[in-house]
Formats: sequence, C-alpha cells, structure tokens
Amino acid sequence: MLILDCPCCGVRGEETEFHGGGEAHLKRFGPDSSDAEFEGYLFTRQNPKGVNFERWRHANGCGKWFHAARCTMTLEVFATYSAQTYEPPADVIAAIKAKRPEWEMPA
Amino acid sequence: MSEAIKATSALEGFASTGFASVRECGLTGMITLRGDLADKALAKAVKAATGAAMPEQRKITMGKSGKVAWMSSDELLLVVDHAQAPAIVEALTSALKDQFALAVNVSDARVMFEVAGEGNGPREVLAKLAPVDLAPDAFTTGDVRRTRLAQVAGAFWVEADGSFRVVAFRSVAQYVGDLLAQAGATGSAPEYF
Ligand SMILES: [Zn+2]
Repeated sequence: MLILDCPCCGVRGEETEFHGGGEAHLKRFGPDSSDAEFEGYLFTRQNPKGVNFERWRHANGCGKWFHAARCTMTLEVFATYSAQTYEPPADVIAAIKAKRPEWEMPA
Repeated sequence: MSEAIKATSALEGFASTGFASVRECGLTGMITLRGDLADKALAKAVKAATGAAMPEQRKITMGKSGKVAWMSSDELLLVVDHAQAPAIVEALTSALKDQFALAVNVSDARVMFEVAGEGNGPREVLAKLAPVDLAPDAFTTGDVRRTRLAQVAGAFWVEADGSFRVVAFRSVAQYVGDLLAQAGATGSAPEYF
C-alpha cells in the first residue's frame, strides 16, 4: 500500500484518498514548438524502476495538487512537496540520496 | 404557479437503528467560503456570521450561531441555520468585496447525517467506511476530516456528545445514508476501539 503525506493539509492518507497525475516537472512545449518537442512533452516519460517524481492530487481530501518523490519498486516515499516548484527542492534530493546513495538526478 | 416551493432536505426523515443509529439532519445551512484564511477581515466576517474563531488546520470551531470547519488551506465550511444562510452569504460577500474571496450557499447541494450511539459505536461506523485513523485519541472533538466514504467524497467531525456529523453531496445522499445504515447494523459492531 502506498501511503502519502499531503503537504497541503498535513493528512497522512493511503493511496485511495489520492489520485495520481503522472510524471512531475514536465516542461510544456506549446504553440510554435517543433513536432518532436510537442511529442516529447506528450509522450516521453522517464518511467524508471526506482526513484520517480510524480504529481498527485488529494482528490478525496483537501483537493490540492502536490509532488511526491517515491520508489516505483518498493513504494517507499522519500518526500512530498509543493506543486509550485519546477524541479525537486534540495531537501527532497537530499532525502533521496540518504536512502539511495547511488541515485543521480536524471538529465 | 404562485405557491411557494417548500425547501426539503435531501433525504427528509431518513433514519435507521443498529449498534449506532443514523438520522438525516434535515435542512442545514452550509456555506463554502474560499479566500485568504490568514486575512483579518475574513476572520472577522466569519466570527460575525457564526460566533466561532478561525479554525486551525483540519479543525472545526463552534460558535453560538454556527460552526466553522477547515476544509483546505483556502477553504472553510460554515454550518449555520438554513434560513439564515442567504443573509450570511450576503454579509460575507459585502465584508470581503475588496478581496479575492468567494462565499456560496451550498446548503441545498449537500446532505448531513448524524451517527449516534453508545460508546465508540459511531466512530466504528465511520472507521468501516473511511481510510482514516479513528482511534479515540487520534480523532477527537474539534477535528474535521475530508475523505472518502466507500466510493464517494465526504467529511465528518465529532460532536461533544460523541455523535458524528457526516456531510456529503446531495447527489449521493441515498448512497451515503444506506452506507451508514448498513455499517451501523445490529450485530455488525467490530468493537475494535
Ligand atoms: Zn491534502
């Protein structure tokens, strides 16, 4: 079971209270971008076995979006953090490195 | 077509008995207020409407004319007298006209139930339906929780007498009423707490 701490309302809830919103920190390529950029924005995902950054919404709760860093293999959650960020904050990276020293942020 | 339309609550008269009893609370005023909860004018307007202080995160406060539940970082639920709700919305709207805030009377878009009974019966009914730690020391008077009740969204809190108040959308009133009634059926008490 996946347990998430909502950073917006402080609830520690189990997965069914939340709704997954796919990979986090995607850069949107909109009008005037190349077809390849737009295709990448729509379809290209990291899909790692291990550390992943995701968007989640506390759908059956406060209703807010937030980010989560978790392991797709073990369901271990390293941190949840504000949706108002373009990249994982330093403390989140540190929390991941503490548990997975070999892990590097993907390019 | 000049007769006045009589307001009716979602499941008027709905009631069941068991190890915990369930009752639809009838017409209840409910107002959604969204805005900056740290704003002094907003806190003052809420106090004027309900007599209650601004609740902390995931708390509910009681005043002499209403209750105020923290629903999210920018949203409150005011529980007031049904007949007074339109006037309270007007008062809130005019008090907050200079800010990015919105008050809406949602009374008739919601349903409220009471789950009452001996000891921890009412909390066991909710514990069957929601993924929430309902141990007596983990969830107590003054707490409010927005969550799901089986398959639909809902919120609840505990009154001082140990009974629970459950709020859900009117469109799922029958579903929630039946859920609570079945979860409280005689002979089905987990007696876990
Ligand atoms: Zn939340």
